[in-house]
Amino acid sequence: MVSEARTAATREALGPTLVKLVEEGLDIVVVDADLGVSTSAARFGQKCPDRFITVGVTEQNMVGVAAGLAACDKIAFVSSFAVFLPGHCYDQVRMAIAQPNLNVKLVASHGGVVTGEDGASAQSLEDFSLMLALPNFRVIVPADVVEAEQAIRVAANTSGPFYIRTIRPKVPVIYDDGYRFELGTWDLLRPGHDVTLIATGVLVKAALDAAGLLAADGVDARVLNAACLKPADEAAVLAAASQTGAIVTAEDHQVHGGLGSVVAGITARTSPVPIEFVGMQDRYGTSGRWDELLEHFELTPAAIARAARDVIARKSG
Amino acid sequence: MPSLTPADARELESVAKRIRRDIIRMVAEANSGHPGGSLSCADILTALYFRVLNHDPKDPTMAGRDRFVMSKGHASPAMYSVLAEAGYFPTDELLTFRKLGSRLQGHNVRGVPPGVEMSAGALGMGLSFSLGVALAGRMDADARGGRDYSVYCLLSDGDCNEGQTWEAAAAASHHKAENLIAIVDYNHIQNDGYSDFARFSGRDGKDGRAGGWVLEDGHTVNILSLAPLPERWRAFGWNVQEIDGHDFPQIVDALEKAKAHRGGPSVVICQTTKGKGVSFMENNPAFHGKAPNAEETEQALKELAG
Repeated sequence: MVSEARTAATREALGPTLVKLVEEGLDIVVVDADLGVSTSAARFGQKCPDRFITVGVTEQNMVGVAAGLAACDKIAFVSSFAVFLPGHCYDQVRMAIAQPNLNVKLVASHGGVVTGEDGASAQSLEDFSLMLALPNFRVIVPADVVEAEQAIRVAANTSGPFYIRTIRPKVPVIYDDGYRFELGTWDLLRPGHDVTLIATGVLVKAALDAAGLLAADGVDARVLNAACLKPADEAAVLAAASQTGAIVTAEDHQVHGGLGSVVAGITARTSPVPIEFVGMQDRYGTSGRWDELLEHFELTPAAIARAARDVIARKSG
Repeated sequence: MPSLTPADARELESVAKRIRRDIIRMVAEANSGHPGGSLSCADILTALYFRVLNHDPKDPTMAGRDRFVMSKGHASPAMYSVLAEAGYFPTDELLTFRKLGSRLQGHNVRGVPPGVEMSAGALGMGLSFSLGVALAGRMDADARGGRDYSVYCLLSDGDCNEGQTWEAAAAASHHKAENLIAIVDYNHIQNDGYSDFARFSGRDGKDGRAGGWVLEDGHTVNILSLAPLPERWRAFGWNVQEIDGHDFPQIVDALEKAKAHRGGPSVVICQTTKGKGVSFMENNPAFHGKAPNAEETEQALKELAG
């Protein structure tokens, strides 16, 4: 499964995957607000110029144009940075896509503090919360470039609104090309019975590494990849609660309103167990190299392992 | 299409009167809603649905139909009434407006009832959506070698305040969207009061003070002037016409000219009167978003009889 040698950024999947999908016969149109080079949407524009609409730096307009295209049976993709999409056009996403349930796919890059040197303004740490609150939206956070291509394929082939968060830096690829992403299913990356580490996006690899650290101490950690934040895999969460009795969530996002809140919401109803939340602790990021920032804000294998030990100590019985 | 005969114009005026009566009844029955801006666009909507649009009330999603997109979603009473009068759904249903279980929500919802092309209610969003629909029409027409449809988008003063409208205006001319036609229901009154001085008869503030201020009656004057509106649209690359938005020959003629225009998008700026047709609602900001009471309703219906 793990091929540590290869690294790639999840944002690199967008343009090339959409080109393949058009070649496979899908009626895809891309609207671009002057960040297509960064999100890789421009690589689609290069190959399919008649299906690529530039609107300049008008994210609100971009979302509306995409909604109009979708209303005419196009599969409309828009991309930007996550601070702008949905951050700069949340009302448009709500009114023009979510409420009328139109077939628009938002692929937002530069999620999380791993955006790096550009600093706090560019690091989207609220997008999970914003997007999870909208009915009709499916919300996906791929762990690597293989999963990103899979998620884009599923979004293109499934009617209705999708939000896919990608990231800027090249990170280790954890899946081989045979991997198949499924909506609503959290991939079991490692079995275990002492604690469950549930991570999303760039922190999935960190959770796997944390499980390695814990194993060295004789702690057997289960690891789940929560790429599909919505719909969430309730069965996997409830099984984790009943079979391991303790959970750690890990996300490059504010601790409020993201993966941790989803998991706590599921367990609280019928299976309350101790949970620790690894994420941004209600604060903004800063400039730095992406890997330095993960260390600085304690979004690391060591931090996840520490949280696991804490939560195991609080288990009842 | 040949220009309107006097008999055609009289027929449209008669339909518009029915629509205005519907609007008053709906808002009165719901005891809430937006009569002023519904009455100001009633003639424009009547001209569109009874003369200009290629549409079929029995087949609301007909391929190749012209699209009408209502950006000013608070004028939903006008939208619902014209759809019902055109035959999209029974007029009996109009009095369910804004009630629990009704298909007729306070602001438009896409596809509910059939014929409503897009959700609205947050101003400024209609023109971007319309541009997307127009571009899709052109793509499909190119692919088929056929003709594309026209997309008509109705904007309010408030819509023209919103930055997104001007984002869309820039993008539409950039893409030479010649099948896109914006219509401005320019009644110069919005939620808080008077947009500028065009419909304000008092003296207050005409002494050169900058910006807007609150009048003794609680309304605001000079909220955000759109002047010079035609020049703004021209500067954004649009073909511009200015007309009286309550004169059917002018409305129909301008819309036909806009439809025939090639090379870029067109806008028809309609000078209108908020509350048109009901004396005490005309140019009265109080009836932007307030229902008439029983006595006012009776008076309004009397004025709109015939």
